Amino acid sequence: MSQSNKSNWMKTAAGYAAGLLFGLGLAVSGMTDPARVVGFLDVAGAWDPTLMFVLGAAVVTTFIGYRLVFKRPAPLLGGVFQLPTKRELDGKLLGGAALFGIGWGLSGYCPGPAIASIGGLSLPLAAMLVAMVLGWFAAKRLAP
Amino acid sequence: MDWTAGLQGLVGGVLIGLSAVWLMATLGRIAGISGIVGNLITQRPKGDSAWRGAFIIGLVSGPLLIMALGGGLGNVVGHPGEVIGSPAGGVGLMLVAGLLVGVGTGLGSGCTSGHGVCGLARLAPRSMAATGMFLLTALMTVYISRHLLGLGGGV
Repeated sequence: MSQSNKSNWMKTAAGYAAGLLFGLGLAVSGMTDPARVVGFLDVAGAWDPTLMFVLGAAVVTTFIGYRLVFKRPAPLLGGVFQLPTKRELDGKLLGGAALFGIGWGLSGYCPGPAIASIGGLSLPLAAMLVAMVLGWFAAKRLAP
Repeated sequence: MDWTAGLQGLVGGVLIGLSAVWLMATLGRIAGISGIVGNLITQRPKGDSAWRGAFIIGLVSGPLLIMALGGGLGNVVGHPGEVIGSPAGGVGLMLVAGLLVGVGTGLGSGCTSGHGVCGLARLAPRSMAATGMFLLTALMTVYISRHLLGLGGGV
């Protein structure tokens, strides 16, 4: 195997490992259950705090881990750290986030759990995924 | 309060955090699902697609692995042993919700993972604003649909 082929395989394997860890995290935490998510958002009903623990633990772990990672000059498998550099709060960011929140509240699915739930595919979930992909294309058209 | 569910939430959250740290450490990328998948589908970036595809396969295989282990590690409300919960509504509702999630995360450059996990961990002002906004509209949406319109669990 040539050097560049080997490096490509390692990058692909690293991507798989990241996805697997993420999928395991969503499954163990119960985020693959829309009822858990909607239960968290339903503060006036029987409130379910689980999502708060998930987000809190994920943010703290990432906060600490990133600090260790950024002590290195570059990623282990080459290239550079690709971090967003934009700073301004514009209508596109806030409007997009507002629309996303409505869809999230209606379904209990954000993109990660929706895709991770493919193993339990149902007609409504398939509809959600197809519409989400159409939405990504539409966003690209609206604001290239 | 259901302490087991909360504990599983903490463990799952740590795993999600480790995924984000691993992806940054190895490939230098933000673990934002809408960005990873959305850009793969809408742009097919040359030389930058394989890891995205592999990430998606990993994402789907995580819950499948928990199911293969018997499902005891799942955390579905009221259904011990199950890993993937039922959708909160029918096809019509999901089409509307899916479109909003796709357009919204596309325009807003991120979702719960990119802004919520990675962005908050970087203390990025844009991600803090986006997370505050989508939490607010999600809370309002659930309040209006459940308590004002009286649409119960099934919406």
